[in-house]
Amino acid sequence: MIEFKLPSLGAEMDEGTLLEWKVKPGDHVKRGDVVAVIDTSKSAIDVEIWEEGEIYELVHEPNETLPVGTVLALLLQPGETPAHAEEEKRRKAAETAAAALASAPASAPTPASAPTPAPSPSPMPAATTEAAASRRRISPAARARAQELEVDLAVVTGTGPQGAITLEDVAKAAAAAAQPRDRAVEMRRAIAAAMARSKREIPHYYLATDIPLVGAGRWLAARNAGRSVTERVLMAVPLLKAVALALKKYPELNGYFRDGALQPGSGIHLGVAISLRQGGLIAPAIHDVDAMRLDDLMHALTDLVARARALSLKSSEMSDATVTVTNLGDQGVDLVHGVIYPPQVALVGFGKVALRPWVEDGQITVAPVVTASLSADHRASDGHRGALFLSEVAALLQEPEKLDTGAG
Amino acid sequence: MTMTYREAVRQALREALANDPRVFLMGEDVGRYGGTYAVSKGFIEEFGPERIRDAPLSELAFVGAGIGAALGGMRPIVEVMTVNFSLLALDQIVNTAALFRHMSGGQFSVPVVIRMATGAGRQLAAQHSHSLENWYAHVPGITVLAPATIDDARGMLRPALADPDPVVIFEHALLYNFEGELSDAWGSVDIRSAKILRPGRDVTLIAYGGTVWKALDAAKELAAEGIEAEVLDLRVLRPLDDATVMGSVRRTRRAVVVDEGWRTGSLAAEVMARIVEQAFYDLDAPPVRVCSEEVPMPYAKHLEDAALPQVPKIVAAVRQLLGKT
Repeated sequence: MIEFKLPSLGAEMDEGTLLEWKVKPGDHVKRGDVVAVIDTSKSAIDVEIWEEGEIYELVHEPNETLPVGTVLALLLQPGETPAHAEEEKRRKAAETAAAALASAPASAPTPASAPTPAPSPSPMPAATTEAAASRRRISPAARARAQELEVDLAVVTGTGPQGAITLEDVAKAAAAAAQPRDRAVEMRRAIAAAMARSKREIPHYYLATDIPLVGAGRWLAARNAGRSVTERVLMAVPLLKAVALALKKYPELNGYFRDGALQPGSGIHLGVAISLRQGGLIAPAIHDVDAMRLDDLMHALTDLVARARALSLKSSEMSDATVTVTNLGDQGVDLVHGVIYPPQVALVGFGKVALRPWVEDGQITVAPVVTASLSADHRASDGHRGALFLSEVAALLQEPEKLDTGAG
Repeated sequence: MTMTYREAVRQALREALANDPRVFLMGEDVGRYGGTYAVSKGFIEEFGPERIRDAPLSELAFVGAGIGAALGGMRPIVEVMTVNFSLLALDQIVNTAALFRHMSGGQFSVPVVIRMATGAGRQLAAQHSHSLENWYAHVPGITVLAPATIDDARGMLRPALADPDPVVIFEHALLYNFEGELSDAWGSVDIRSAKILRPGRDVTLIAYGGTVWKALDAAKELAAEGIEAEVLDLRVLRPLDDATVMGSVRRTRRAVVVDEGWRTGSLAAEVMARIVEQAFYDLDAPPVRVCSEEVPMPYAKHLEDAALPQVPKIVAAVRQLLGKT
């Protein structure tokens, strides 16, 4: 049996609301299929599944808010029968019950046997069956009130005797739920959490270099000439592609820092920082940018920005970025000192492309120049390698025609 | 006016004897000795041996005689020294007094009042110290009272004598020396309802007889921790006043029944059963009871104390119920 669990769609996400199921029991799913829509603090995300199987049971209903890791659905593996699944469910329930009993406080009363001299009032009988133990303790009044207030008891924490959910617990949960979900506030909170974690945990180092874009600009203009507006490629695209190719040479800047060690990314998935119209930002990934042709990359970028602003992204886009690229040139700044999005280990920033005096072959000329910056995690890489990386980006941009390579 | 529980019972008896010539008091040592607990001291001089009758040491005989006198038109008050001894008269009370109206097709009623001491706490050992109120509260046909307050000690006898059917009154032996205020309302006490002695919000402590004051003391202690306990005095053990009990429990949503009887088959068990039957969906925690330990009442002081419901046990039960331990 396969357990489909609520994935973490970002460092700051610890719970999500199930908005919609895209599948039903009996459906056959394969790797990459969208099975559910989950609302995170940032947006509604189409969540994909990474295993093949047949949907056996949808464990949770839409509109439930659940912690990351919650089992959302059970799937039968190829060749498995419902009988297998039921047996496994019983086994899991028993394990959970055993764990719950083991973690019960040592002072929990046991069923009364002989008269005890201890000054304990009538002991509440401990659960004696697996079924009773696995069932949550909810007072009758709390249960009734929860129904009345439409509070989901699955997400209420009990504070009563033996962890039972009491009226007060339900009332508190209802009060919390009654506060309207303000996406702007939640996004601010999510960004605050991720950025505070970044600055708390990650020893950043910062490098920057000016990159002339004379050749690249000219090449791009020639390439765009005669194309319709929608078919033109913007300068942002060669910049992204150059970053992706450079990262291939410097893999210590592409991946995650986890459990005290660098975990290189499984591909080069550039998280593109996109500011949202209602405020806040989001950095969904474009996958395998190093292998994309520029037209495809342009198309992917346009699509991603549109969907990000429409709050319609896929789970893999939300969780897979191995590095982030931010471009604040449109806002007129020259230089970005970026804050790394944990657990990533680097962030590449670009300022505006501006005409500046530029010395070339001993001559002062006027050239379009962009300042590229690197914020990198010193635990995963050193400044020397970071500098080489930026130089590589600069070098790649001097031969723009070579950037337009890749699989279709 | 402040007076002892003993004085309140005494005044009630004297009033009854003075106002109704059909009333007489009968029991072991009620006359020349003045009553085992000195309740009827001086009565034999005041009312004479015809109306203050010392009985032989045979509960079966003198309770039976009282029932016979009631059938004959008198209004006897029969005193049994302790509830332990009343078992000798159980046949007369259960098989005769309680059944006569039913078995005579309504032709005869038995307007007898039987008083008896109950409870432990005076180091009188097992044969003089048990609480068997629930044995009587089990039986249809009789009314069972447990006056715990000065008002009830003073006021319950009048309606008990006015009742055409048998009434058993339990006086907790520890209460006789208890001193309290007699309110102006004593003259209007009934023998049908329970009473809330202290209002509270968080839990209802349900007690009767000797445990009422322990419950009140526990409530005081809990109030210091910010827990507002309501104290409900059952007063009438049969018929139980469900309306008052459920009204309170529905408000506080938690109940601790404090009963000096043994836990198994106790009156507390009956009260809890009714709460669960009638107020289950209003409960915010399982009902809990604090009863006597299931041992013959020990003679040794520290063991007797340990066997009985006590204030710290009640406080601990409430804390547990509120998830505060």
